[in-house]
Amino acid sequence: MAYSEKVIDHYSNPKNVGTLDKSKNNVGTGLVGAPECGDVMRLQIEVNEEGIISDAKFKTFGCGSAIASSSLATEWLKGKSIDEAVAIDNMDIVEELNLPPVKIHCSVLAEDAIKAAINDYRTKNGLPELALEEKKH
Amino acid sequence: MELKLPIYLDNNATTPMDPRVLETMLPYFTDHFGNAASRNHPFGWAAEEAVDYAREQVASLIGADPKEIIFTSGATEADNLGIKGVFEMYASKGNHIITCTTEHKAVLDTCKHLEKLGAQVTYLEVLPDGMIDLDALEKAITDKTILIAIMYGNNEIGVVQPVKEISAIARKHNVLFFTDGTQAVGKIPVDVIADGIDLMAFTAHKMYGPKGIGALYVRRKNPRVKVTAQMDGGGHERSMRSGTLNVPGIVGFGKAAELCKQEMAAEAARLSILRDKLENALLQLEEAYLNGHKENRLPHTTNISFKYVEGEGLLMGFNKNIALSSGSACTSASLEPSYVLKALGLGDDLAHSSLRFGLGRFTTEEQIDYTIKAISDTVNKLREMSPLWEMFKEGIDLNSIEWAHH
Repeated sequence: MAYSEKVIDHYSNPKNVGTLDKSKNNVGTGLVGAPECGDVMRLQIEVNEEGIISDAKFKTFGCGSAIASSSLATEWLKGKSIDEAVAIDNMDIVEELNLPPVKIHCSVLAEDAIKAAINDYRTKNGLPELALEEKKH
Repeated sequence: MELKLPIYLDNNATTPMDPRVLETMLPYFTDHFGNAASRNHPFGWAAEEAVDYAREQVASLIGADPKEIIFTSGATEADNLGIKGVFEMYASKGNHIITCTTEHKAVLDTCKHLEKLGAQVTYLEVLPDGMIDLDALEKAITDKTILIAIMYGNNEIGVVQPVKEISAIARKHNVLFFTDGTQAVGKIPVDVIADGIDLMAFTAHKMYGPKGIGALYVRRKNPRVKVTAQMDGGGHERSMRSGTLNVPGIVGFGKAAELCKQEMAAEAARLSILRDKLENALLQLEEAYLNGHKENRLPHTTNISFKYVEGEGLLMGFNKNIALSSGSACTSASLEPSYVLKALGLGDDLAHSSLRFGLGRFTTEEQIDYTIKAISDTVNKLREMSPLWEMFKEGIDLNSIEWAHH
């Protein structure tokens, strides 16, 4: 299977690989997937006092499309408000990266990771968790 | 000599054709195009003579009589013909077949098909090193057992089964022994008499011959084995496999067999040195594990899991330059990781993290050196971005985490 150029670019030069201090109150961490399924994503956001995502980092165990999906997600998250971040849909990622049907689950995982990170941030700051719709992986 | 990319290290999938084989085949597409079954003109005679000669070359490689070679379209057809043909021919004797979980799909799915037609099939589990448990094999035999189908060398991990011991058990209980010799024939000495093989499938394209031609060895004496044809037609190949013979393919198969026989000893020694160099260097990486038995295996194959990196992601780091295959689910349509590695007891995570290396006649030391560096660099790079690697380094037990399975 040939990868799209954008997937190859994110895989070769991933953006925002790294780790934020998860003990900080303004850092939300989402860890989704499972090693047995062949993909695990950890996505972290740091939210500033204005409620804007000032930094985002990821680490991903998975195929090139999973790495690219999470790399792209961190790029999109930076500078967005929490509400804007919640609105990111996995199909936006599919479109941007030209993911083939067998790789759609990678984009779903990235969306899950974003929402898990936001919920972790909300819980830490005394806000109720967002209700998440179940998406098919 | 300058290193030419890409490098081909997927010789267990298929091998490039040796130019000497191609040269031998060419006249049989044009000048000698005859049908080997045309008995009454020179075109037919030439084709028949070429087929006879190739049949001797193929038989000689495995210590068989030429009459015991039934040409087929490849190993898959030979697996089907051997197993289904025995099931049908020996139906009055019994309906039980014993095979094992690491067999090729051409064997496993054939057995599953026969289950629908009334066969009882025992799928033996293998030991963690991929070897058959001979005691379990013998215990599985019943008075209804007609066939033991155990492969010679495994395509994914290269493990070579104790064929002589298996055939001795089969003989003792008056059960036929079929082996899928696809990966072993031409690579290591295979002798149907010494090994006690009754039926064996193998194919040209895994031994530097053309695709589309293979063979089923069917023993003619002690015991005389018969299989029911699975295709009806002109009664070619002693009525076991009808269809006009693929003369150029057969000629190429013969030449490929002859070359393998001549060069096997030197080639196996050369490849095992290169394979060991590759394997030893890659096992120097932290958390890298060899899959399968270290000694009982094909000289040109190794299979290694690199924990905490995913196989397809790993391949992507170099697959423009190095052709390899992975046990990762992502490389298959099924989204299930390698059933062979899982049969060894590997967790899905290690199965996802595996690479299979198949060296071949045209593999050079320069290619191996390049591969060692490219894979080591990619493993290290991907681990830097692997959350699992970070947790492992922090001493977190990954089994203690509640993963969201999807």
